[in-house]
Amino acid sequence: MTAASVVARRRALDAVAPWARRNGWTLGLVGFLGLLLVYTKLIQPSYDSSGIQGLAIGVLPLALAAVAQAVVVMSGGIDLSIGSMMAFTSVVCATMMKGQSQEFAVVVVLGVLVLGIVLGAVNGALVVLTKVPDIVVTLAMSFVWAGCALLVRAAPGGAAAEWLRNLVLGSFISEWIPKSAIVLIVIVAVIWIPVSRSRMGLSIYAIGSNRLAAFRSGIPVGRTKLFAYALTGLYAALAGLSLTASTGIGTPVPGPYTLMSVAAVVLGGVSLAGGRGGLFGPIVAVVVLQVIRTDMTFLSIDSNYAYVAQGLILVGVLMVGSFALMRRSRA
Amino acid sequence: MTAAVRANRWLDAAAWRNLFRDRPLIPLTGLLLLLVITIQIADPGIVTLPWWGVIMRASVPLAILAGCQTLTMLTGGIDLSVATVASMAGFVTATFVNSPGGWVQGMAVALAAAALAGLVTGIGVGVFRVHPLIMTLAMSFVVLGFSNVWQLQMVQTGAGVPSQLRWVGSNLLLDVIPYSFLVFVPLTLLILLGLRRTGYGRLLFAIGDNPIAARLSGVRSPQILIVLYVISAVLAAIAGLIISGFTNTASVSLADTYLLPSVAAAVIGGTSIMGGRGGFAGTIVGALILTVLTALLTVLGLPEPTRQIVFGSIIVVVAAAYTRVTGES
Amino acid sequence: MTVTADLLLEATGVSKTYGAVVALKSASLAVRPGEVHALVGANGAGKSTFVKILTGVVHPDAGRIVVRGRERTAHSPAEARRGGLISVYQEPSLIPDLDIRANLRLTETPREPFRHWLGELGLRDLDLSTLARRLPLASLRIIDLARALAIEPDVLMLDEMTAALPANLTERVLDVLGRVRGGDRSVIFISHRLIEIAAVCDRATVLREGETVGVVDVTAGTEERIVELMLGQSVEALSARTAAVAGPESRARAATPRISARSLSSGTRLNDASFDLYPGEVLGVVALEGQGQDELFDILAGSERPRGGELLVDGKPANFRHPADAIRVGLVYVAADRAEALLMQRSIRENIALPFSSRLRHWGLIDLGREREKVDGAVATLQIDARAGGEVRRLSGGNQQKVTIARWVAGGVRTMLCFDPTRGIDIRTKTQIYRLLRDMADAGAAILLYTSELKEVQLVCDRAIVIFGGRVVGEVSAAEGDEPTLLRAAYNLRSESAVPEGVAAMLASTSSGADASTPAGPGPSEVPQ
Repeated sequence: MTAASVVARRRALDAVAPWARRNGWTLGLVGFLGLLLVYTKLIQPSYDSSGIQGLAIGVLPLALAAVAQAVVVMSGGIDLSIGSMMAFTSVVCATMMKGQSQEFAVVVVLGVLVLGIVLGAVNGALVVLTKVPDIVVTLAMSFVWAGCALLVRAAPGGAAAEWLRNLVLGSFISEWIPKSAIVLIVIVAVIWIPVSRSRMGLSIYAIGSNRLAAFRSGIPVGRTKLFAYALTGLYAALAGLSLTASTGIGTPVPGPYTLMSVAAVVLGGVSLAGGRGGLFGPIVAVVVLQVIRTDMTFLSIDSNYAYVAQGLILVGVLMVGSFALMRRSRA
Repeated sequence: MTAAVRANRWLDAAAWRNLFRDRPLIPLTGLLLLLVITIQIADPGIVTLPWWGVIMRASVPLAILAGCQTLTMLTGGIDLSVATVASMAGFVTATFVNSPGGWVQGMAVALAAAALAGLVTGIGVGVFRVHPLIMTLAMSFVVLGFSNVWQLQMVQTGAGVPSQLRWVGSNLLLDVIPYSFLVFVPLTLLILLGLRRTGYGRLLFAIGDNPIAARLSGVRSPQILIVLYVISAVLAAIAGLIISGFTNTASVSLADTYLLPSVAAAVIGGTSIMGGRGGFAGTIVGALILTVLTALLTVLGLPEPTRQIVFGSIIVVVAAAYTRVTGES
Repeated sequence: MTVTADLLLEATGVSKTYGAVVALKSASLAVRPGEVHALVGANGAGKSTFVKILTGVVHPDAGRIVVRGRERTAHSPAEARRGGLISVYQEPSLIPDLDIRANLRLTETPREPFRHWLGELGLRDLDLSTLARRLPLASLRIIDLARALAIEPDVLMLDEMTAALPANLTERVLDVLGRVRGGDRSVIFISHRLIEIAAVCDRATVLREGETVGVVDVTAGTEERIVELMLGQSVEALSARTAAVAGPESRARAATPRISARSLSSGTRLNDASFDLYPGEVLGVVALEGQGQDELFDILAGSERPRGGELLVDGKPANFRHPADAIRVGLVYVAADRAEALLMQRSIRENIALPFSSRLRHWGLIDLGREREKVDGAVATLQIDARAGGEVRRLSGGNQQKVTIARWVAGGVRTMLCFDPTRGIDIRTKTQIYRLLRDMADAGAAILLYTSELKEVQLVCDRAIVIFGGRVVGEVSAAEGDEPTLLRAAYNLRSESAVPEGVAAMLASTSSGADASTPAGPGPSEVPQ
């Protein structure tokens, strides 16, 4: 009996241990987030469900941007045009929804998602066909997409359909469960889980991990890369939609999302070299960064220090992380 | 059709390839001239000596910032902190205008702050092996944050761009030669000579091309990278001073619009972002091309959005052309 | 012709030019069903281009490839795979960040046959949920092969797959290939090791200067014929050198050793390495793969720090924190992997001059005249074919390796550490490198040479140390160091029984060699200490 239970426990441990080891970084982040939330409650006893809701809404666009970035980084690329694609899709959405019916808005949303896929696919196709490094192509395309956004609408404006706004504002069942958090989880799960289970998902990791080996294993490297970029475009479009949904307008000037998404991806444990990481880590990283900002407001620290803090955290984490990596590779 | 014709065409293509690969300056200058001719056709009589002066004046800070990118890209890196460092330098100098030390003290403080930022970046990249993209990105947050804090401190004392900087940044000698050449020409000579004729320059190429080979040959890359990012930050600060003089403004986001064009100019100039290949001469022409292109689009009456689109497309096309001619197989 | 119809794969008149360089003029290859067919050729013979064309990586300018009677043009390895041709390379095609199970799914490999072949190759207990990154290179090669076998391709192509594979695993691989043969499937076997070709191949196609110069039935003694075809000249020259070289016996034993290793250890592989390297000698290092020689060279080159033991250079204790420290006291390192040593986009001159400017005080202006003098001298000494000019990546493999050696020759060599410097290089370049090493030693340099080709010991070395299980277990003089002796020593065999020539020796020694995983006691009795 006891022996059996020990065996069973050991077996469970055996099953969990490798998983925990592989996802150690993310687990650590989650733990840190928990501590941060406790700390937040301590310094601001009035922090409650409305605080959580604000947090979830504030986090949504950047979280989706981070997810978009994570997909392409795992495939060994990087997309510096995510902020521009968000601006473009956001203004298209807000402009087309203005003065239109709720039903038409559904068509607009679908259209914008397709637009996102197309934008991403164009990025991917250019990377694959021209063989120019990803960073250069997407940097250049960030000009192009930002220009397109400005062509659609020179100044912030437009409108968002009522149902779209309701989708992310408010809470669901309990006031502790913000709708935007549900939306985020559903969006990520519905798209990523089937993809990551498929051969295409494996191929994304494969071309990021070792391009030559993937090529020799008969994986269509170009097509896989194109797919990863298209998926990034789709998530960027979703991020753009969430911008419009949460603000009610479209803004043609790209926010700080591109660079922040890179930062979140790195903090979230996705290797910039490709092939490693998941989508959960970057999302948690985005939440952590946002909570730190909130805490600094509560502590009435000037918001400018938040920039300093963000940069220092990024630098600190990276240095510690790289150092750990160096030691591990030496051992 | 016939074998002879095909062979002939092939020869031509190969000749072009070799020209691009071995002497990228020639086709680049050709492209620049083509743009100038186009602008002359679009607006007859616009291309005059004073026009060149204006173009060169606008190109100088861009070329210096692109120089930062060139140097870091040669080692396989990139410096995304140049814009905030440049803004910081211009801004900090401006805040010292009413202080006892005056603008000279301000410049000293600004350059020292930039060097410090570069030092930290260099240590992160060189010693801790943080990816340069991320390290410089993080550093740009830190610098921007401190600039903002500084701004709050300085809000009472008031600020203004020193007249000396305005003179260097915006005035033209005989309506043609920008006074910023006083800074730019020595810098250019230093960089060109440094890359071609010094051991340090060779090592920049070496660690960019193959860090393992460099290490096995006894090269200590941390030393090189630390020095490199200090150089890059100081160059960025100098560019920032010129920009603040040129625009007669000082703000913490002054040079933001220069960030992406600085990378673009280096890429167009033929520097590989993967490291090991490129040079500063190409970068200067790249900066000129971007400036003339901007002028051309303004002449054509194309709005800002179109300008951005054309800008982006041209980077892709030029970079693709380079990859085609320099790549194997 | 009726014969043509019987062929499984037939390539005729295949040609390919890169710019002005002709890589393949007219190559042909005919593989019969059920045979193991060797494809051999010196470096620059066009072998790798031919392989790339067959696997769909490169498109030929002209030529026909017919598989099972149908003309086929593959545009990618994926298409080649679908067409029934799978390749296994020296670098395993497994994705490091995926576990083995996911790697199998990626190539749609059936699990059961994979398990079967894995067992046949001696890896029955592999845990499929291991990340590929965590497995040793040799295991990955075996897994890669098992994966290819499990798919049952019409044609299996092994491209230098056995290069640098431990001898016992090589032997397993050859054994399995021998059993695959005979059905209606074929194997194309590419290797620099004629001994392996003799052991397992039925026929061999020989390439020289982009042309197929002959197809030989492999029987006893065909190695000579193959080498003749490859060289296009008699092999007399090479064997003549053997006599000239073997002879110089530890002349300078009285002097202080350049390197004295005392019980060096590192990681888990290297446990107790002690030896002396004297000026004026070439000291061979003989070891099976993974016996700690990599770690030893890393320590001597300053890449890694030892876990224990002491290293004396010229009698003084040395503690290297960086390769630069080793170089400063005259220890320079030549790697087997040229991708680790060369700046591929830079010129020959910059590559050779690289170490000159590595030190802080040489960061300043370069004296171009002096640099040119040194570089030109080194280029002449090594007979580097500098006609291609420009970037080093456009040179042939042999010339590239010469550049990595020239880098050190230009500055004057005191002590050179060569780790398998002739791996994957044609015979002509090899002989040049042997001669150079010999000349440098005769001029007073000390040279430590690890080699995976045992016959190199008699060709260049004065004596050789044998490393087994992370320990130096013995020393063999060049005169005694014929291949059978060295092989037995490398396996740490104590038996006095004579070892027969060639592969039979490898086969016979494998089982006992594999058992002797924990070495005990002194080395072979013939070791003169």
